Amino acid sequence: MAGTLFDKIWDSHVVASRSDGTVLLHVDRHVLHDLGSNIAFAKLNKAGREVRCPELTVAAHDHIISSAPGRRDDTYAEGAPFAKALRENTARAGIRLFGLNDPLQGIVHVVAPELGVALPGVTLACGDSHTCTVGGIGALAIGIGTSELEHVLATQTLILRRPRTMRVRFDGVPGPGVTAKDMILCLIGRIGAKGGVGHAIEYAGDAVASLPVEARLTLCNMSIELGSRIGMVAPDDTTYEYIKGRRFAPEGELWDRALAHWRTLPSDPDATFDREVVIDATEIAPHVTWGTSPQDVLPIDGRVPDPEALGDAGARTGAQRALTYMGLTPGTPLDGIPIDIAFIGSCTNSRLSDLRAAAAIVRGRKVAPGVRALVVPGSTSVKREAEAEGLDAVFRDAGFEWRESACSMCAGVNEDRVGPGERCISTSNRNFEGRQGPGARTHLASPPMVAAAAVAGCFTDVRRLGN
Amino acid sequence: MEKVSRIAGVAAPMMVDNIDTDAIIPVPWMTKADVDFGQALFANWRYQDEAGAVDRPDFILNREPFRGARILVAGTNFGCGSSREHAVWALLGFGIRSVIAPSFSDIFYENSCKNGLLAVSLPADAVADIGAKLDGGDAGLEMTVDLEACTVTGPDARTRPFDIDPARRTALLEGLDEIGMTLKDAEAIAAFQARDRDSRPWIYQAGFNA
Ligand code: SF4
Repeated sequence: MAGTLFDKIWDSHVVASRSDGTVLLHVDRHVLHDLGSNIAFAKLNKAGREVRCPELTVAAHDHIISSAPGRRDDTYAEGAPFAKALRENTARAGIRLFGLNDPLQGIVHVVAPELGVALPGVTLACGDSHTCTVGGIGALAIGIGTSELEHVLATQTLILRRPRTMRVRFDGVPGPGVTAKDMILCLIGRIGAKGGVGHAIEYAGDAVASLPVEARLTLCNMSIELGSRIGMVAPDDTTYEYIKGRRFAPEGELWDRALAHWRTLPSDPDATFDREVVIDATEIAPHVTWGTSPQDVLPIDGRVPDPEALGDAGARTGAQRALTYMGLTPGTPLDGIPIDIAFIGSCTNSRLSDLRAAAAIVRGRKVAPGVRALVVPGSTSVKREAEAEGLDAVFRDAGFEWRESACSMCAGVNEDRVGPGERCISTSNRNFEGRQGPGARTHLASPPMVAAAAVAGCFTDVRRLGN
Repeated sequence: MEKVSRIAGVAAPMMVDNIDTDAIIPVPWMTKADVDFGQALFANWRYQDEAGAVDRPDFILNREPFRGARILVAGTNFGCGSSREHAVWALLGFGIRSVIAPSFSDIFYENSCKNGLLAVSLPADAVADIGAKLDGGDAGLEMTVDLEACTVTGPDARTRPFDIDPARRTALLEGLDEIGMTLKDAEAIAAFQARDRDSRPWIYQAGFNA
């Protein structure tokens, strides 16, 4: 029977099917981070249980650490107990930690593909909703809560109900200045923040096939902003080229066997999905959010919407509330809204290609007066590679801060925060109230758009700046 | 996990769509050593200051009788965003035992079930009706959620049935230890891995510790 990429991976990982409709699914890769695993370890210890497969598990310091140059565990004091607990828990269980000063350190969803921890066809779980990022490499990657995390530690499996499948096809190729971030923002704007609930999404079509792996990771990253725990792109030659030679990727005979397996994974041509969405990628413009949900998004030539014009009462109240919080007036053109902060980083957009795209806009320009601009590479490897290309100098010369790899200003869980009422254009993934700090006003956009805003001092259509 | 069967008490209406887990428990509150998660519930909406010392008097859960609410009635897509299970712990810590909404995010729903927080979806018009009645307050503010009978009784005493997956219902009613149950399948897991090691050896030879 014809199967989808999702079906093939799911079916081959079922350890047991239960009469209640759930399955026990094997987890090939378990990824831990500093903020999400300590409580699970404590519960596991209390119950007298052991980590079943430390050899299939890795961990990283990323969320609750400082991004300041020369940082230590306690540079961000509140994070020190978390950093220490992860060190101790992983050491006791024999789990490899990519710790604070390890050259392999980075944001979990950045390092998993970059190091070859994640591979096509694997099931990967991590106690973080943006685990869906890793589906960009052709893995079935799923974000889990603490109880599920403890379950994976103890059993190397998850109890899951099979989601429905959905294919999103981006037809045609987007124009210059339009990135994978704009594609996913556009999709969220179209189908809404719960448009993907209960579904595993496969992204397909010309626009996706032509994306490099790093951009596919960006695309999959925001699947959770549609309500989908799983987003995927079928592996292809672009994927295999990306993986070859990565730190933990298979080599030699194992590579050949793995590759032969990976080639069987893409959805069969006659496979069917429970739902299909088609988007004309040629029409997508650079996007920016205006409200407090990722679905509150418009092309840069749009205007802040008027809540009164919205159809249903719920949407009207929601939009009204969002505009009050965001300090915006209906009808204001997005192009030209002044900013206080420009943040380039997070598991959505902190890979080398993102930094290159932003640097291309910044080169030879200066950060606008009064704007704080920062670049936080997604991993220590990304940082090193960017420095080897001189990107750090481009950013520094323009007036950007160049920081150590961490989640940084994405989630306000360390010292990098947006102050109350400050307006930040950010390459991250969530513009929720208070996400980047209490009272913070967050606008999501692509790295080139954030770079353009940093130098213009306001939202601006990056296509006007060109490169 | 604590058993759940019948929850009765004051219900608080928060008729906002897409209430995300960053709102339910803002990140800085997940890392404070000296506060319980219940204190952190909706902190940015509930307190005027970052430390949580000064209430916002107009926030619903700061008003009587909602300070003692056992049930929350909310808009669609409740619990979207971050996977933090702390959101469930914050609700439980405050005393909320059940959330009624038209829909929930998948991860939040899963986390709720695993902690004995009863997440009930009802049709959007039913939730809107209940929310409006609670808002008016004329019909009273008490509700009952009955997991045995799978019914919700509104402030106007109108009883509505709800659907829940039978396996989840049993797990909640019996307070099952899922890990303990899965460990009974330890042999099946070992057998799967033995087979899989032959067909996909690269999965098991990654050498993370090498
Ligand atoms: S970068 Fe942001 S979204 Fe990504 S894992 Fe870190 S906190 Fe979560």
